[in-house]
Amino acid sequence: MRYLPLSADDRAEMLDAIGAASVEDLFCDIPADVRASGVFDLPDHQGEMAVEQAFSALAQKSLSPACAPTFLGAGAYRHHIPAAVDALIQRGEFLTSYTPYQPEISQGTLQALFEFQTQVCLLTGMEVANASMYDAATACAEAALMAARVTRRKAVLISGGVHPHYIDVIRTQLAFTGIACDRLAPDPLGIEDLLGRVSPDLACVVVQTPGFFGGLSDFSALAAQCHANGVLLVVAVAEPVSLGALKPPGEMGADIVVVDGSSLGMPLSFGGPGVGLFAVREKYVRNMPGRLVGQTVDVDGRRGWVLTLSTREQHIRREKATSNICTNSGLCALAFSIHVALLGDTGLAKLAEVNHAAAVALSRKLAAVKGVKIVGPAFFNEFAVMLPKPAAEVVEALAAKGILGGVPVSRFYPSFPELENLMLVAATETNSDADMDALVAALKEVLQ
Amino acid sequence: MIEGQVFPSVPAGTVTGNRGLVVEEPLLFEQGSVAGSGVDLPEPRDVPDGLGGFRRTTPIGLPGLSEPQVVRHYTRLSQKNYSIDAGFYPLGSCTMKYNPRLNEKLARLSGLGDLHPFQPISTVQGALEMMHSLAVWLMELTGMAGVAMSPAAGAHGELCGIMAIRAAQEAKGNPRKIILVPESAHGTNPASASLCGYSVVAIPATSEGRVDIAALKEKLSDEVAGIMLTNPNTCGLFERDVREIADLVHAAGAFFYMDGANFNALIGRVKVADLGVDAMHINLHKTFSTPHGGGGPGAGPTVLSPALVAFAPLPFVRKTKDAFELVETRAQAGEAAHPFGRMKGFHGQFGVMLRALAYAMSLGKDGLRQTSGDAVLNANYLLARLKDVLTAPFDGPCMHEALFDDGFLKDTGVTTLDFAKALIDEGYHPMTMYFPLVVHGALLMEPTESESKQTLDVFIDTVRGLAAKALAGDADFFHAAPRLTPRRRLDETLAARKPVLRWRPDVAD
Ligand SMILES: Cc1ncc(COP(=O)(O)O)c(C=O)c1O
Repeated sequence: MRYLPLSADDRAEMLDAIGAASVEDLFCDIPADVRASGVFDLPDHQGEMAVEQAFSALAQKSLSPACAPTFLGAGAYRHHIPAAVDALIQRGEFLTSYTPYQPEISQGTLQALFEFQTQVCLLTGMEVANASMYDAATACAEAALMAARVTRRKAVLISGGVHPHYIDVIRTQLAFTGIACDRLAPDPLGIEDLLGRVSPDLACVVVQTPGFFGGLSDFSALAAQCHANGVLLVVAVAEPVSLGALKPPGEMGADIVVVDGSSLGMPLSFGGPGVGLFAVREKYVRNMPGRLVGQTVDVDGRRGWVLTLSTREQHIRREKATSNICTNSGLCALAFSIHVALLGDTGLAKLAEVNHAAAVALSRKLAAVKGVKIVGPAFFNEFAVMLPKPAAEVVEALAAKGILGGVPVSRFYPSFPELENLMLVAATETNSDADMDALVAALKEVLQ
Repeated sequence: MIEGQVFPSVPAGTVTGNRGLVVEEPLLFEQGSVAGSGVDLPEPRDVPDGLGGFRRTTPIGLPGLSEPQVVRHYTRLSQKNYSIDAGFYPLGSCTMKYNPRLNEKLARLSGLGDLHPFQPISTVQGALEMMHSLAVWLMELTGMAGVAMSPAAGAHGELCGIMAIRAAQEAKGNPRKIILVPESAHGTNPASASLCGYSVVAIPATSEGRVDIAALKEKLSDEVAGIMLTNPNTCGLFERDVREIADLVHAAGAFFYMDGANFNALIGRVKVADLGVDAMHINLHKTFSTPHGGGGPGAGPTVLSPALVAFAPLPFVRKTKDAFELVETRAQAGEAAHPFGRMKGFHGQFGVMLRALAYAMSLGKDGLRQTSGDAVLNANYLLARLKDVLTAPFDGPCMHEALFDDGFLKDTGVTTLDFAKALIDEGYHPMTMYFPLVVHGALLMEPTESESKQTLDVFIDTVRGLAAKALAGDADFFHAAPRLTPRRRLDETLAARKPVLRWRPDVAD
């Protein structure tokens, strides 16, 4: 078997050295009847070619966005990834190393993470960022828990413009910790009144921009209201490319910023693995979850990096830790960071312009289709459209024509009849004019 | 490449501070100008601006580098990392086994790696089939009734299991207050219990390195919701009394969570359902060979017993007569299911699951059985050939990892840390140090099945040589180690006392 180097002779010699008669004897601490019952209804080993053929067959059972005009978003955006990103993250020194516990032989990962933390701070306008969380949804839950720790309060308010998966993950986590969680109704028009609901018993308010329904917000006034009440403002960003064009949450007064980094550097991969970025104001750093890389010097006085402030973490603090996270999203953070390094300031700004202009162009084309209404005023690269029919049906009909036209909101909110006809549509640099025209033509047919 | 950047002189004695292939590399932010870019983008379409007053008015501050500059930067950084590809990595509890390259290739197939999470279900049948197939493998290998696939890592799987336990206890009328956790447990165990609103009560270990049953009996009560037991435990020993423990726990109305981080020792040999387990996470990034990537991503699918399976979180894949469904909402889940909520955005670590399935299919049930056999054989070989020079606190046989304490270093002036740092100079990644906490100055070695006898023999000779050196009184040699690495020992106290957590123009150096 190709992954196993020991030969039969090796095994015999080693058993001899150990003084055991058989490998089976080494398992003697496991009750014998349990060992005997271990019969597995599974196939035997296969060669590389056979496994590859099996996966190719699986791949053919799905419709790849590479073969279909694709306008799907709802928190996951299809972008072009420069070839250099994947080549670099596949270097074995990055791919096959563990968490950088031994800094002398992990300076590559540590320096890259220090750069990542800096990039996250610059993009979000925040002061400190950690070395990554699993994803934006879990990072939102961590943000809510952190706010409760900082404020010693036990109530959280979530905007209806936050991604429903983030909302669900926050609510699930908070339900287990006795923190009350008030979430406002889904808010496609961006008209909910958050300001009026800020009160001194809240630990934090969680908002998102661009919102789940595409709308843009400036939360500066909300931040001021929060701070006047001792409440933390948590801002989530599902599309990091937007940070190339939009005012960063840090400038609005956010206390914690959470970003889904997977738009940059990572393939969609059916939604995972991705990476959650997590940034805070400096004064909260000791309440942060997750790993942090810090700069220091070695015994020869040379600059270097180590994992630091780990007295917050589970391996030191155990049940009193700020989080239970251990393995995070290191390689995804690296992919994100390499993509951002390649883009640079001008590249990211331009990528954002290309995305926004694509969405504007698409919205104008769609607005001209009879019965289709664009919902909400300002958007970045995604917007909601009201259709004359249930969106789920429309999306299926478009898929039958080989077009991945949008995401029906009812997939997330099945019990809201007023959202049944609402569809989210995203456009990125990957969408050509021909793609857009194909969508418009197909939509006209479907709506007839 | 950059001008005006001075680094303090280094013992290398070169003008640059470089040492041949190991080249000093400034931060990204210390290179290039803001103007450049390594990506050529199309021009934006000529349409009116729709961003209005939401525009950014300040530059981001990222440097602009060309593609060759970026590639060189990261290539040089990579050369400062140790990796399993490059050498033996006996990091106990972390199962640093070989990461097959086939799995990387398959994860990038069009039709799998590029699928959007919210495509219509009819267009992602292959993806759902893949997730279902892996679930079937995991259930069959463990004998368990179901598996929650969405947890993102081991710790997240622990959270999933304890949430399911709490939901089940609540359904019985009382969530209870306590989770029992042995002292030798990994830090994530108590942290996960506490995230579910439980207080943690520690159970001591016996002099044999296993759970003290008498102490367990004393601590069990109708306030105990469950126990989190690592098995094989973090001393590398199988908990022989596991079934008695399970019976005691169940008799008290509590549930048995087994930390499956060490499942590599059991795979293909034992169905954990037969041990009385109610929930167990499996670190796909350990047992199932998915690469650790310098800290993740991982995946921690959590297998569940019949008593807990109804509480599994959303989403999950369901096979119907002729298709696969993705159950994303409570309404879809149906009457019989009581999902406790959602743990993760989208549908879990799909790309990690895919690699794990490729691994399982490559090895098959026969190869997986051989895997645990070789892993346990390798660990026992290390134990047998090192126990006369190092000190083994517990009698063997061990399972997949061999634990030593620092008794052999007594009066040498050399600590476990020093010893490990000397191994770095010899070209090895050190073993896990100072964990588990139940022995003094722990050195925990997990060779995995990926290593040849020859690799182990050379390692054994190296460790024996170092042990002899320590006993010979050469403490200075150890205190100075490592000497041959890109950086030598780093000042962690300084890092924590004056945290510099990001680059800023004024503190660049
Ligand atoms: C025994 C044990 N339990 C739990 C974990 C946590 O797993 P993860 O890092 O995947 O969250 C680890 C890994 O470090 C471990 O060794």
